[in-house]
Amino acid sequence: MTTQPVPLRTPAETALADAYVKASAALPGSDAVRGERARAYDRFHEKGLPHRRIEAWHYTDLRALMREAYPVAVGTPLAPASGLRILISDGAASMPTGALPKGIKVSTLRDCLTNGTEAFIKSLFPDQGSDDAMVAFNAAMMRDGVVIDIAEGAEIASPIEIIFTSQDQAPHGDVSRVLLRMGARAKATVHEVHSAKGKVQRHSALVAHVGEEAELSHVFETRDAQPEVHVSSLIVDVAARGSFQSFAFVCAGDVLRRQLFVRGSGEYAKIAMRGVSLLKGKQHADTTLVVDHAVPNGESRELFKHIVDDEASGVFQGKVIVRQHAQKTDGGMKSQALLLSGDAAMYNKPELEIFADDVVCGHGATVGQLDENQLFYLMARGIPRVEAEALMIEGFAREALEFIVQDEIREHLEASVAHWLAGRAKS
Amino acid sequence: MLKISDLRAQIDDKEILKGLTLEVKPGEVAAIMGPNGSGKSTLSYVVAGRDGYDVTSGSIMLNGENILEMDAHERAAKGIFLAFQYPLEIPGVTTMTFLKAAMNAQRKQRGEAELPTAEFMKKVRAAADKLGVKQEMLRRPLNVGFSGGEKKRLEVLQMVLLEPKIAILDETDSGLDIDALRIVAEGVNALRSPDRAFLVITHYQRLLDYIVPDSVHVLSKGRIVTSGGKELAHELEKNGYRDYVSEEAA
Repeated sequence: MTTQPVPLRTPAETALADAYVKASAALPGSDAVRGERARAYDRFHEKGLPHRRIEAWHYTDLRALMREAYPVAVGTPLAPASGLRILISDGAASMPTGALPKGIKVSTLRDCLTNGTEAFIKSLFPDQGSDDAMVAFNAAMMRDGVVIDIAEGAEIASPIEIIFTSQDQAPHGDVSRVLLRMGARAKATVHEVHSAKGKVQRHSALVAHVGEEAELSHVFETRDAQPEVHVSSLIVDVAARGSFQSFAFVCAGDVLRRQLFVRGSGEYAKIAMRGVSLLKGKQHADTTLVVDHAVPNGESRELFKHIVDDEASGVFQGKVIVRQHAQKTDGGMKSQALLLSGDAAMYNKPELEIFADDVVCGHGATVGQLDENQLFYLMARGIPRVEAEALMIEGFAREALEFIVQDEIREHLEASVAHWLAGRAKS
Repeated sequence: MLKISDLRAQIDDKEILKGLTLEVKPGEVAAIMGPNGSGKSTLSYVVAGRDGYDVTSGSIMLNGENILEMDAHERAAKGIFLAFQYPLEIPGVTTMTFLKAAMNAQRKQRGEAELPTAEFMKKVRAAADKLGVKQEMLRRPLNVGFSGGEKKRLEVLQMVLLEPKIAILDETDSGLDIDALRIVAEGVNALRSPDRAFLVITHYQRLLDYIVPDSVHVLSKGRIVTSGGKELAHELEKNGYRDYVSEEAA
């Protein structure tokens, strides 16, 4: 006889479950959407908040980190901005005013949830990542967000900015989802910028479908004050000869979990994910990614650099799956960390699951401190220690930042690194 | 210029320099020769101010000022330059950025204004051209992927730009072919002047054919055991260090 363990729910889990039950009738969406929400809720309810016995969440025990679940806010859209700038405040989206470039269409998710076609629903709720409790929670609870469609062959020159903020000063949660669909040969850059006022628990998700030969460049950035807890999910599917490049710049936030579920579903799909995290105090930033090569001739590259000071901790978990038929896959994953203090920690877990026999896949993970020999070399040229350290840290970060092709974004992020280092020099 | 008196230094409780005394005058090129393990590199590190060495007695005076209490960067700003035997690679930091940071850091410590970018570029270009350092190299991360010869040329380029009072060349000839050696030596010789001194640390006499010293000092077991003119280098090349090592042991 076996006994089924009865999962004990934490107050936060109970609060989140109650939140759905109370809100469900008022959550926007057609019957089909309601069905998806209900299934997602069941998955979340069954699993509860992820904890350290869940392998993918081993280093970020959300159950312990989210002792209290703040009530999920029903945000009010801000006054819209001009240009290609979408504002998402407490989960509520404002569409940009004025004329948009040809070939791009933006709509609020709340409208699409009500009017969306079957195809829309399918693209909004992909299978990828749906097993994850927090992706499920996002699916169940999302009220709003944005749907961006880029037509076949359209090339959107300037970055599409999506600015996530919060207005409410009382502790609260916000939930939003962005859906991006790119037709064949379309090109676009999406720049996701996160900030928060007060105590916020954020659940954001970006679902992107990159069409054949289309090119999506994505930048994730934390700017200014951040949520206490932020779970950011990225779910991407890349069709044949399509390209997806992502860069994450993380330099604030108490607890940030980024999870990326990326699939190359067409041949010759190119996937590249990179990032720089600058962590201090007791910050904790987790990047967990799964790259799924489902067909032959795919390519993937990952390069993540963590700079960890004080008592902060960084996590990088990267899993590359090469399915049996995905011959000639070319994968390379690298995670490098610099620990600037004796109490800083970095957890690296690269994994390869290869079922094909003709592939080139490699991974490397290093954790180290600033090299005293290099420091002495710089100091022997007249550069004081703090400046020498800053120069080396900047150089370490630059090796990843240089992959950002948009000059303006790269320069802005380089300035943010310098700003972070200046703050460090003062303390 | 540089006056080292009865210097004793140890690392991890092991004494390496055991009462070393040496004086280098302005304009002088002094060669330090000695067998492996005699303390040559330690001497260069202790003068340049590397952490980890414990100086237990003696003094190092630069133009009448004791530099022992100064950090490496302060000594550099005072005019001490160490050309490394193995220059370090600094990933992500372009050579140009590094040169500018070094020059301006020294100027700042001396209370001088930062070098305007245009003037800095002009100086670097001129010096690089003379040493056969390509512009493309200056845009690459410092020493990363450079050949042995390129790294040593870059050391000389730094020396030219930083205009030290005393330059210590630590086994600058190691890993160089004859052409690279000639270019490096020419660069050094061009810097010789009545108000600048050199301490050329080498294992072999070969380098001293190109950089002809005014004085030669033999370092053995942490002390200068004999000094002489440039002919001493030739004698060492012929007879080896045996005489001096055994004399010390006796």
